[in-house]
Amino acid sequence: MSAPILETRALQKNFGALTVAQNIDFSLEPGTFEALIGPNGAGKSTFVNLLTGLVQPTSGSVILDGEDVTALSIEARVKRGLVRTFQINTLFNSLTVAENVILALDEFHGQGWRPLPSPSRRRLIRDEAYEILGRLGLDPWGNREVRELPYGRQRLVEIAIALALRPKVLLLDEPAAGIPSTETGTVIEVLENLASNLAVLIIEHDMDLVFRFAQRITVLVQGAVLARGTPDEIANNETVKSVYLGEGIHA
Amino acid sequence: MARPIPRNEPVKSLSVSYQGAAASSTWRGLAMGRGGSDLVIAVLLGLAALATLLFGEAYWLLAAQVAITMIFALSVDLLVGFAGIVTLGHAVFFGLGAYAVGIASVQFGWTEPLSALLLAGAVSALLGAATGVLVLRTRGLGQLMLTMAFASLVYEIANRAKPLTGGADGLQGMVVSPVAGLFEFDIFGLTAFVYTLAVLIVVVIFAVLMTRSPYGRSLVGIRENRVRMQAIGTGVQRRLLSIYIVSAALAGIAGALLAQTSQFVGLNVLHFSLSGEILIIVALGGAGRLWGALLGAVVFTLFKDRLSALDPAYWYFWLGLLLAVIVLFAPKGLIGLVDRLLALFRSKEAA
Repeated sequence: MSAPILETRALQKNFGALTVAQNIDFSLEPGTFEALIGPNGAGKSTFVNLLTGLVQPTSGSVILDGEDVTALSIEARVKRGLVRTFQINTLFNSLTVAENVILALDEFHGQGWRPLPSPSRRRLIRDEAYEILGRLGLDPWGNREVRELPYGRQRLVEIAIALALRPKVLLLDEPAAGIPSTETGTVIEVLENLASNLAVLIIEHDMDLVFRFAQRITVLVQGAVLARGTPDEIANNETVKSVYLGEGIHA
Repeated sequence: MARPIPRNEPVKSLSVSYQGAAASSTWRGLAMGRGGSDLVIAVLLGLAALATLLFGEAYWLLAAQVAITMIFALSVDLLVGFAGIVTLGHAVFFGLGAYAVGIASVQFGWTEPLSALLLAGAVSALLGAATGVLVLRTRGLGQLMLTMAFASLVYEIANRAKPLTGGADGLQGMVVSPVAGLFEFDIFGLTAFVYTLAVLIVVVIFAVLMTRSPYGRSLVGIRENRVRMQAIGTGVQRRLLSIYIVSAALAGIAGALLAQTSQFVGLNVLHFSLSGEILIIVALGGAGRLWGALLGAVVFTLFKDRLSALDPAYWYFWLGLLLAVIVLFAPKGLIGLVDRLLALFRSKEAA
């Protein structure tokens, strides 16, 4: 097993007397597809926010590719390859699909401070954007405004933006949320075809999706890790079963 | 199920659009999108400037004032329309620029106009950097209050610092050398007009290029969706501070031009009402479109001039009435009206 690309050590977050993340030790290896599950209010979103830097931990540390990034800003972590998607769409709805990706590409290529336009560069970036869109089957939609797309496609644009940033670690916050079941297929296909050296942590309520794709599963309950293991191990774990009683885990 | 797509709007409403696959290099292509309005306004303004230069001797001084207001409006549009930063205190940078060249001339004999312009821009940029750090920590109403607070502070300082600023009497005795050592500021205002026009053209080119650059688009991105910009690795705070400084510098240059062309600086250049007026101008023209702000500046200044001549006592009433009508019938500003006219023209042509 290779060195973890993302690690947390004794990560703790208290809001006053309330502990929302409790002594979380977590690690993610390159090329693995791991799922984070847990009942509502288990602290999954807080954990992601701690990873991305939106929330500062009370104690403990976040280590990305061997570097302690606990004190770094959100954008500094993104620049180092820790990229997330959002549970609800946070796209630029009035821009076209390609423009959404281009914005991300400009930042990735360090063009964000460039105060003058450059048509030749622009074409290169445009081609790159369409290459990424092509991978997600979104290229026919490139010239349409995001808000004109069906919701499922909009979720894919989220992933396209994330891919434009060449992530080492991709945090997917409920990528299939709100997508009608007829459209989840596209998302699944895309997830299957992600680069093999990419580490993916997916937060998902859809257990079918989780047990179909995840190589490892971490179960979070009340801010603490209840269990970690392969889908089989988790499915047969009695404690997990009792927590999810009635929610039905089928593997 | 796909949601219904609203398709009743003929023109895109977002500022800064990238050139899509649709042909935009042709006249027809330009007229179809928002670029058409920009072009129409640019051509009209250019013709108006030329006509004024050739035949409008009596209006040269007024035209210089218009050009100055346009630069000021542009600086506010970059801030408010593009980056989504609100301000009701931008006169502080305009006024500081005016006082910078005024004091440099009166106290230190710095009378060369072009270098003095740069000085004014630099001084205003410095104040922009200092206050921007604080202003940008807040958002919305808090931001509005802070910009007003800083503006009031500086206004009061200028009022009290009589030996330096002349206080309420204004700064007298300002001398400005001929532009480039050749063109003396004359009583007809020809030099004033051409000089301000030249600076305006440079500023407009700068602003147009900037708003089409990756930097300019990132500002729109921040306005539209700050969280998302952060999530793609943008240092939002620093990006906003940079445009705040640029905008302050441009406002300072506009103020300096006013001081140089009128060879006088009064406290009114720092006054709150000027901050309000310039915001009204940007809204009137249509925020976030550059050419909207420019058009707004022309229309507002000309109406103000005409109305105050026709009805010196109550002209503010008529101005208010006019603004109310325009806001009611053209919520996207004058440039929105131009958009609609062009769309109408296009559909007639197609029919």
